[in-house]
Order: sequence, then structure tokens, then C-alpha cells
Amino acid sequence: MDKMPSSLPSQPESAKPQAAPANEAIHVLNLYQTADKIYTRSLEGFYRSLRRWTWIPMLASYFLIPWLNIDGRQAVWFDLAERKFHIFWLTLWPQDLPFLAALLIISAFGLFTITNLAGRVWCGFSCPQTVWTSIFIAVEEWFEGDRNKRIKLDAQPWSVNKLARKSAVQLCWLLISLATGLTFVGYFNPIRELVPDLLQLTIGGAALFWLLLFTALTWANAGLMREQICLYVCPYARFQSVMFDSDTLIVSYDKARGEQRGSRKINQDPRQLGLGDCVDCTLCVQVCPTGIDIRDGLQYECISCGLCIDACNTVMDKMHYPTGLISFTTENSLEKGTRFRLLRPRLLAYFAVLVLMCSVFVYEIGSRVALEIDVVRDRNMLYRVTEGGFVENSYKLKINNMDQRDHQYSISITSDQELIYRGQSEVGVAEGEAVEMLVRLLLPIDQITETNREVEFVVTATTEPALQNSEISRFIAPLKNRD
Amino acid sequence: MSDFWSIWISVITFVVILGSVWLLMANRKTEVKGDLAEGEIPKTGHAYDGIEEYDNPLPAWWFWMFIASAVFSLVYLLLYPGLGNYKGLLGWTQESQWQERVDSANRVLDEQYEIYAATAIDDLAADPAALRMGRRLFNNNCSLCHGIGGVGANGFPDLSDSDWLYGGSAEAIIHSITQGRQGVMPAWGAALGDRGVEDVADFVMSLSGLPFDMQRAARGASQYQMFCVSCHGRDGGGMQALGAPNLKDNIWLYNQADTSLLENIRHSIRNGRNGAMPNHGEKLRAEKIHLISAYVYSLSQTNQQP
Repeated sequence: MDKMPSSLPSQPESAKPQAAPANEAIHVLNLYQTADKIYTRSLEGFYRSLRRWTWIPMLASYFLIPWLNIDGRQAVWFDLAERKFHIFWLTLWPQDLPFLAALLIISAFGLFTITNLAGRVWCGFSCPQTVWTSIFIAVEEWFEGDRNKRIKLDAQPWSVNKLARKSAVQLCWLLISLATGLTFVGYFNPIRELVPDLLQLTIGGAALFWLLLFTALTWANAGLMREQICLYVCPYARFQSVMFDSDTLIVSYDKARGEQRGSRKINQDPRQLGLGDCVDCTLCVQVCPTGIDIRDGLQYECISCGLCIDACNTVMDKMHYPTGLISFTTENSLEKGTRFRLLRPRLLAYFAVLVLMCSVFVYEIGSRVALEIDVVRDRNMLYRVTEGGFVENSYKLKINNMDQRDHQYSISITSDQELIYRGQSEVGVAEGEAVEMLVRLLLPIDQITETNREVEFVVTATTEPALQNSEISRFIAPLKNRD
Repeated sequence: MSDFWSIWISVITFVVILGSVWLLMANRKTEVKGDLAEGEIPKTGHAYDGIEEYDNPLPAWWFWMFIASAVFSLVYLLLYPGLGNYKGLLGWTQESQWQERVDSANRVLDEQYEIYAATAIDDLAADPAALRMGRRLFNNNCSLCHGIGGVGANGFPDLSDSDWLYGGSAEAIIHSITQGRQGVMPAWGAALGDRGVEDVADFVMSLSGLPFDMQRAARGASQYQMFCVSCHGRDGGGMQALGAPNLKDNIWLYNQADTSLLENIRHSIRNGRNGAMPNHGEKLRAEKIHLISAYVYSLSQTNQQP
């Protein structure tokens, strides 16, 4: 299915190339060609509004989240300089990187599950590439008019009218790209400082570079590249078909009902004309954002956006035919007439793994302790003998406060021997800071029973007993005096 | 790299880049014989084992990106070292990049160091930020012998108490770190004989109020006055000019835990000791030594860990 041509032969041909007569014309085919620009016709319909309602919350959250503040700090702020990711009430440190990896794995698995259920719907309904492209096309439509007008305008020679319309489109695109880039950079540089800086032209070099880069990329992706990304660049497009099975919901044309396609008058009975239900109006081709003809069967270019379903249903209604000539349906339904089967081993397995991973992830995040301690034994000596006949071990205790508040911590040790603790028993650590302190443990020489015993350091926040972490180290003592 | 390998690498690099471009150009068009029949889909004419290729052209931007990559490679190889021994027009090297980073880090540090270097040790010892910096420097450079927090070990003095071999003034500490120290205790085993060593050891035990043998210590006292007094002093108070330890306190530089203290003292007398603090004036900049000294000084002042 991945290698389907953009059109299928209507009759089977012999696969053998025919021997050419001697006086044949020779054509030169260019293997690299500029793709024709796709002018999408916009038609209202169920899937179009469904797409809209999918985008609005996503876009709103993308553009608004950086403006939220918690305790005077940006609520979602990926602070690269400090290497801390603030996500609402959670602050992740570099050592929490596994969470990010887990999140990416879960997202990928979510994508697999959705793909197995309903094909490439992520692309048609949620992918930023599609969303921004559609916004850009809406801008084109606003200034240049509908599909036919746009085609005409592009074919015209340059005029004041054309220049004005084209410039307005470009200006609008640039503003949208700038807003997108600014928001993106705002996740990394606090946006409430970034926007005034930009307006007063005091923006820093690095921030400006990324801002311009993301603005340019948004403009190029949604303005110039569009469906080319989905067709030639996106890796997901290349392996999506692996997740398909015969019960996957795909946008499909009911060939049995539609063929033989052809035009007819509304009062004619197609069966008498030997025609199927397809009136060959090509609306489904005109609305397609990737410019394919869905009537040729499933193609990897199809992003399952359902716009052709809307278009076809509109026509079927006009013709007083039943809707659903093009619909979200499965290979099994089309070929065997069976009903859509949701519960199938493959989807259940995907779903089970997804639920399991999400549960583990939520549990891990929930049980994460925002306190890290590290006990480092002295690098040089195992122990030393101090005046008064004690054996002393010294440790470097590092306490890293990963919480979003300052804390006072108490330090205690547990061991099966009465070790004398020498050092601070309480220490205050500011939010996001780490302190290092020296701890010495002593044991009278005459109480030595083992040369090597475990000792556990326990650090607890004084105001929050749940905020506790511990690490096991060792207390090392010499063998008994040999005299 | 010898000239042969240099040329070898350069030739292969150019062959690969230009060969790729040639491959692209040679295959950007194909010839198809014959006209298309009505309704027939264009094919490229490539057929293998009965499998034919439809004409689905790649986008033109893909072609131009390929060309751009080749141009980029050539420009890169002109500017940067990549072709054997060729150094590149920009003269970039890994070392110079590393040096730049180090220099820029040092510029930031230098400002701070200058401020600290101009501040007296006494004042630094009361500045938590300076002490944090000093502690890190100490832990990186000194703690391998003196222990973290300067607690010392067998043969390495405890820096966190107020007992000093060479004096605990700021000047003395800076001198110890910069110039190093050589603490030599001669071996007296031959001069004293076995019994003499034991006698003097008991006398030394008596100086610090530890359990000792009366008779031996009495004999050892006269030996001590003969051999030891010139460095350790009449009363055993030591001499900081030589780094001779004070024998009256119960602090021992050489005290191996697997033998008794008495045995340790006998060993010192019999075989002598040779303690060396290496000089760090060549390893560490004066500003760093200044900060480390402030930290060490603060340890002895407060006798507490910051």
C-alpha cells in the first residue's frame, strides 16, 4: 500500500514491455518535477467542523500556556540555562530525563494505537503541519477568494490588484509565523520578558536567532512545503501502514456502489444508464489537501482528514442518494460486508500496553521525591583514629532540594551500632539549590565488632515528613589492635 | 599524517562528492519510447523481472537540496580541516576552540578571583561565598591527602583543629601551600638502641598524660634531653619553625590504627619520619591558593564545618 502509484491502471495490462516499433517517438521524462500547487476547495461538513473543534483547544493551549504564571514564575518554562523544566507544579531536573523518554515512548505508542484504530487520523486532525497549513490556506482564501478565484489570480499577469492581495497574504503569514515562533521561544525564555524585549528591540542574540529560525520554518512549512512534508519528509507517513489491519478505519470509496462513474441528470435513474452512484464531479479531489483521488483506493498520501467524505456527502444529498459513498470504513466491511470490529487482539494489545505504561508513568511521577541526597565517602582514607581512641569516618553529604520551595532538612543516621554523629543535624536549603556538608561518624575503638558495616543517612524535610530520602553508605573500621 | 594518506583521503573525498553529483545528474531524466495510449499511465520505462516503474517524479526541491548539500560539503572542506593535511581557510582547530572556551570561562572567574585576591584572609574567612569556592578548590586539590573538610589522616595533619605544625597564621598557611614543607625526623634507632627507643617512647607518652611505665620514662627523660630537645623543646612543646610537632597534646600525626599508639611512637623514634607537603605554587594560581588558605584558616578558627 505504501508503494501505490498515484493512479491505478483501469485495465490490467501485460507486465511485459512491448517491443517498440523502429520509428517511435522518444519522450524525455524528468524524474524531478516541481509539484503542482494544490488549490483546496473549502466545503462545510461534519469532519471539517470536527477538525475545527480539535484544533481550537490545541491552538489555544499552545498560544496561552506560556502566559500563565504560578508563584510569580512562568507555569510552563523549559529553563535550558538552569537545566530545569518547570511544568506547572512539577519541576524536572536533568536526572529526571527518563520521564521525558517515557513520555515520548507513551506518545509514540498512543500514535500506534490510534493508527491501528483509525489510520492516519493524527495527521488529518491534530498534526501541527496540517493545522498551520489550514490556517495559511484560510488566509489565502480571505484575501484571494475561493478555489477558482485563486487559480485565476495565479494565472493572471501581475497587476496592482494581484500585488495587493499577494502582499496581504504574505504579511498575514509572516505575522502568524512570528506569533508562532515567539510562542515557541517563549516556552524557553520567559515570554513576559521576551515580548517587551522584542518590541523595544533589546532582545538577546540567541533568542532572536531562534525566533527568526522558527518564524522562517513556520512560514516555509505552512506556506511553501505544505503537503510535501507529509508526502516526502514525514517518517510517520512511511511506516504508518505497518500498524494497519483489515479492521482499521480508513477513508474509502465504495467502488461497488460508485462505479461506473459518470454524469447524469438528477431525475435520471443511474441504473438504467448503467451507472453507479458516483457522478464524477471531482469535488472529492478538489477538497483534498494532499491532492489525491480517493476513488483510486487507499494511498499512503491520504491523511484521513475526512474532507472528501464531507464533499461527497454534500453531493449525494443533492442527488437524493444515500450518503456514505466515501466514508470511514474498514477493508473487511467493504469487501466482506462485515460490521466494524472494534475488539480485536491487535488493538487490545496496543491499548493494554498503553494503559500499563500510562499507569506506571503516573505512579512514578506521583511518587517522585523532590529531594536528592548523595553520600560520598572520603576519597582518600578509609578511616582515621582520633584522639580519645575513636575511629572516625568522614562523608561528604550533598542535599539537593528539587522542590519548588525552600526547606529545612534534618539529618539522621541509622545503623546497628551506636555511632556518634558529628556535624550539622539540620540544614536549610533554598529552592533549586544544593548544599554540601561534612559529616563525621565516630565509634570508640573498643566497640568495633566488624570492619565494614552499613550506615544509612536519612534526610527529612522538617515541615513535610513525606519529603524524605535516604542513602546507604558504609562505616569502615580497622581490625582490632594486635597487641 | 604522511603525504600519501593525505592525498589518498582527499582524492576519495572528492570522488565521493563529485561522483554523487554525477550520479544525480546522470539519472535526472529518462527516455521513454512511444506515445501513450489513451488512458495509459506514464511509466519511466524501467522494467525488471516484469516489474515496471510508474512515473512518480520526486519533487524538484529534493533535487536542489542534493545539489546544495554537495556545495555545502565543498565550501565546508575549503573552510575547515577535513582533507588530509589541509588546514582550512579559517584555521579552526579543536584545541583553539577548547582554548577559547577555557579563556572565556577564565575571564568570568578572573573577575571574581581578583576581588578575592585583594581581600584579606581574615575577611574572606567570614564570607560564605568565598568559603564555598575555597572549599571546592580544597576538595579538588587537597582532600586526597588531607581528607574532605581537612580532617587529615595517618601521616597527614588534621587542618580542622587549632594545632599547627608550622603555625596557623594566614602567612604560614599560604607559605605551606605555595612552597611546600619538608618535615624530617631523623632515625634515632642506632643512637638510642632498642631499649633507649622504648624508654624515650614511654617518656613521650608521659608528656601527653597517657598511661606510661614509670621506670622507662624516667630513663627516657635523660635521653630525651640529649637527643630530642633541640627540635621538640625542653618541655616537648615542639617548634613551628622546623615543623617539629608538639608532644604534649594528644594529637598524633603518625598513628596507624592497626598497632598501638606506643608502637607508633617507637616506630617514629627508631626509624624517623619524612613528611612532605609538595609545593603547589607551580600547580595552582596565587589567587586559588589565597582562597584555599582562607578556607583552611576558617576551619581552624571556627573548628566547625561551614
